[in-house]
Amino acid sequence: MYETTYHRASSVDEAAALFAKGSEAKFLAGGHTLLPVMKQRLAGPSDVIDIGKIKDLIGVQLSGDTLVIKAATTYYDIMTNTDVKKAIPAISYLTSVLGDPAVRHRGTIGGSIANNDPAADFPAALISLGATVKTNKRSIAAEDFFKGLFTTALEDGEIITEVAFPVPEKAGYAKMRHPASRFALTGVFVTKTKSGDVRVAATGASQSGVMRVSAIEAALKSNWSASAIDGVTVSAAGLLSDIHGSSDYRANLVKVMAQRAVQAAG
Amino acid sequence: MSTVKLTVNGKAVSVEAEDRTLLVHLLRDHLNLTGTHVGCDTSQCGACVVHIDGRAVKSCTVLAGQAAGANVTTIEGIAKGDELHPMQAAFRDNHGLQCGYCTPGMIMSAIDIVHRHGGELDEATVREELEGNICRCTGYHNIVKAVLDAASRMKVAQAAE
Repeated sequence: MYETTYHRASSVDEAAALFAKGSEAKFLAGGHTLLPVMKQRLAGPSDVIDIGKIKDLIGVQLSGDTLVIKAATTYYDIMTNTDVKKAIPAISYLTSVLGDPAVRHRGTIGGSIANNDPAADFPAALISLGATVKTNKRSIAAEDFFKGLFTTALEDGEIITEVAFPVPEKAGYAKMRHPASRFALTGVFVTKTKSGDVRVAATGASQSGVMRVSAIEAALKSNWSASAIDGVTVSAAGLLSDIHGSSDYRANLVKVMAQRAVQAAG
Repeated sequence: MSTVKLTVNGKAVSVEAEDRTLLVHLLRDHLNLTGTHVGCDTSQCGACVVHIDGRAVKSCTVLAGQAAGANVTTIEGIAKGDELHPMQAAFRDNHGLQCGYCTPGMIMSAIDIVHRHGGELDEATVREELEGNICRCTGYHNIVKAVLDAASRMKVAQAAE
């Protein structure tokens, strides 16, 4: 790891001020993405600004039909939170199959979405549920937030403060885990909103990161059941292909995971 | 360089270290607590698991500065004098150590598992919960046996308190 200077911020404003002072600063929450990249010397930030202990960035709030998860809340705290289990159990499940127990004790929802790994789980949940990402500057709809591989709408120095999820009628998540890394070889999040809309998002599948799957959405809209997807063909065009799975394999996984996600949603 | 103050195995310590120092190196190189191992150095194998404020974490993926002010417990801090922690005793009695390299991380993760699940543990749960700890002897059978054994010992010990 290259040399760096560590700062611990006690407020969002202090973190933003520290960032502005650093020549090439980076924010750190749980550190389970940034530190591995720094260890490989793929990143060498001049300053690391720890926002993981800012009280305003930790916690979950359920008010009416909106579930708010603050950015530095760990996967473990999301997984075990009773409001999450009650309002959107699919999110609770998603965090239970994310990483391993020790990783879940450190990793955060804000860190996951800021990094936007093409095989991360949370981007699919945000897109499918129609979430809103709130930062210290503005609100961004999930659809406008994710911009392709490891790219988001965040500006330099902008800090995610929370994610607001509309509570759905039903939602489910299913993923084929890579057995070593535990990332999604392909994962699919399905949502039926309270207004009857259906939104399906797949992660780990597309070369450009999280994607909506319109063919499956159309099938589920007319008939919310796993068998409604039987006749759907998912195109392999633009899907990832690597030693772990070809694009045809992933196209099939999108369909199979969508079926399992619908079954999980009930 | 910064001064990192934290509590390790119940003792307050103050360490001068570069800001890029990882917690595992602070423990091993600065405090000579070499029971915590570095296996893969990529947060996958779990040989470096310690507890920060009671939660199992991979100390190869935590900056020392992130642990400032925290309570850190390592494998050296769980026995009571000469009396092994029930998890250590169960690993010995069930031949769960094998080559021993992954053992410190296995034991720290296993204690965390028992704390989180209480007496509700079964074999499938232990196997799933240990997925972040890799044994390259590939002999998980006795490790799982040891964790289940320790879970019942810890339950008895807790009931006796």
